Amino acid sequence: MSTLTTPVTTSPEARPVPPEGSAWSRWANAHRKWLFAAPAMTFVAVLIVIPVVWTGYLSLTDAEGSVRAESEFIGFQNYLDVLRDTDRFWPAVWRTVAFTGVVLLVEVVLGMAIALLLWRPFRGERWVRVAILLPLVATPVAVGMMWRLIFDPNIGMANQMLGWFGIGPQPWLAGQHSALPTTMFIDIWQWTPMVVLILLAGLTSLSDEPQEAALIDGASTWQRFRHVTLPLLMPTVIVAILLRGIDALKTFDILYATKGRGGGSFHEVETLNVYAYGLSFDYNDYGVSSTVLIIFFLIIIGVMWALTYRKKGLER
Amino acid sequence: MGLSACGGGDGGDSGSTTLRVTLVNHVWTENIKAALPEFEKQSGLKVEVTQLGEDQLSDQYNVKLNAGSSDIDVMMYRPLQEGKLFAKNKYLADLTDRAKSDSAFEFGDFQAAPVQATTYEDKVVGIPIITEQEVLYYRKDLLEKSGFSAPPKTLDELKAQAAKVEADNPGVAGFVARTGKAAAVTQFSSFLYSFGGDFVDANGKASVNTEQAKQAYAYYGGLLRDHGPENISTDMSWSEAMAIFTQGKAAFYTEANSLYKNATDPAKSKVADTVGFAAFPAGPAGSKPYNIPSWALGVNDASENKDNAWKFIQWAAGKEQSLAQQKAGVPGARASVWANPEATSTYPKDLAEATTVSTANGVGHDRPLVVKVAEAREIVGQPIVDAITGKDSAASADAANEAFQKFLDDESK
Repeated sequence: MSTLTTPVTTSPEARPVPPEGSAWSRWANAHRKWLFAAPAMTFVAVLIVIPVVWTGYLSLTDAEGSVRAESEFIGFQNYLDVLRDTDRFWPAVWRTVAFTGVVLLVEVVLGMAIALLLWRPFRGERWVRVAILLPLVATPVAVGMMWRLIFDPNIGMANQMLGWFGIGPQPWLAGQHSALPTTMFIDIWQWTPMVVLILLAGLTSLSDEPQEAALIDGASTWQRFRHVTLPLLMPTVIVAILLRGIDALKTFDILYATKGRGGGSFHEVETLNVYAYGLSFDYNDYGVSSTVLIIFFLIIIGVMWALTYRKKGLER
Repeated sequence: MGLSACGGGDGGDSGSTTLRVTLVNHVWTENIKAALPEFEKQSGLKVEVTQLGEDQLSDQYNVKLNAGSSDIDVMMYRPLQEGKLFAKNKYLADLTDRAKSDSAFEFGDFQAAPVQATTYEDKVVGIPIITEQEVLYYRKDLLEKSGFSAPPKTLDELKAQAAKVEADNPGVAGFVARTGKAAAVTQFSSFLYSFGGDFVDANGKASVNTEQAKQAYAYYGGLLRDHGPENISTDMSWSEAMAIFTQGKAAFYTEANSLYKNATDPAKSKVADTVGFAAFPAGPAGSKPYNIPSWALGVNDASENKDNAWKFIQWAAGKEQSLAQQKAGVPGARASVWANPEATSTYPKDLAEATTVSTANGVGHDRPLVVKVAEAREIVGQPIVDAITGKDSAASADAANEAFQKFLDDESK
């Protein structure tokens, strides 16, 4: 597997390096940056580059039924079909964007608020921190199943609790229009702690001096947050947005565990990921599925590029 | 591993003594697992069972068989769901010679309809092990309370009884059934046939917008909308619908008979002692429930252990095991077993009767017979969920028919 072992073919006696060095060691010396990076590069090539290239190739064919079956090269036909599909594709894009946008905004704002609360030491702080981080360690599928039970329209706890306040039962995940917001809520419940964790790490690394200086200058709590803490913390916030944003774009487990295949009977929560999964595992349309995935891949790269670009700008 | 003595009898020369079998979560699987030591002792093989849920099983096959993997030997699959696709992709080994040359196995004993579903281009590619018919599950106590002495014989009566029971018992729905777009299609099919419709007509054209089909959609969706559970979800498969019924929250439920243990087992069901079964109620075209082979055993074409794989099938689908399975509540496909009164002696009496009626006038498919079944189910299932949510189901049926015809045209290309 590893490229490192190949050079051993040269005679072992050559190993102890003479002043000028053997041919091998001279070569190795000249190319050491490639040599040392080789294992990692092999790994990336085998596990990332090859699959992506293969997916790219499949997206240009009409492969269906089985990837081993014969398929025809059809150029960019799949791309044209997919980009013209206003029935499933564009709604899925819209849902992916809406889902990511909403959960990201809420998670960062909420995460910031909680991180600020936990920033200064207080009694029982450790317990509170552990409690807040609990959702993070739960398996998303288990989380999905749990909330599915809680939100069951007939026997779920959520409707029972609403009943105590005289509010009628809500459809939650079962409703055609309430399903997506409900899954957003679940995502926020599960992933806000991660944002808290990142921001808290950023906050504790900030030096106290600017804060004290601002305090002496008579800045209010809000002013200190707005003009001192936030600007200093901004690189960390961007990291949190970057990590969580990419994750949110790719959300699959929670959606699949709560609504099943196709994101529900009306595709209520069908994001690009769920759509591509359905195309390959339910419809066996590997060509079209690959096309959707490649487009999705490009979207993610675009978002990542935009965010890292912004981050560099801030750090400058 | 135990002492795997090498005297495997005839033909024990090829393949590994470890046999890898992939099965679905089902009562059948539990029974076969309990009986496995007997087979292992008799054959000298070691059987490794991988057990998965329906959807996971499908995904597993899609990944492994697509890759040409040889680490599945025997595979349990759904002839009507994946059979055509798998056979077309050459995932399933040709079992014709093995099945037909084996006199003890007696392949001729299998019912014709199931065998047809496991045959592809005149080749036997699977052995049917479980058959299913749709029946009506109902609550005896609730019917009695509302003054009904017998379960409904017709779909009109079903509607009337569901309405009355619902009115008499606040918090209890009159009727429940699957509501998920794809999941509901199979259970809806009996309604469709009983109204005189089918998914495809005699000329192979899409026919889900005929007058009969439109009536069936409106009836099924309307019954769930008017007399189903409050805030009804449109994602229910059998497990969710069954849960509502077994929690005592519904009076009537139409479902496959092979799942009856879920309703009659006191450990799983709150209504175990009051559940009754009846034949599928008659519509304008009579009572026409589906009667289908739901699961079969096949051999992975890439397996390097085909001889031993066949030995397993020989045993698991053999007469002895088939009888044992049927006695344990899993209806099979062997005619000789059905003819044996002992086989259904353990069934609730009304269920055995309902099943007999269904096998007599049943229809051999419960979904469109195409290669890409999952996609077809979503198309013909759309009017069901539209009817449940109160949309114009007739217009939806017209749209579905157009989409389905296009789908059929694409597939026949």
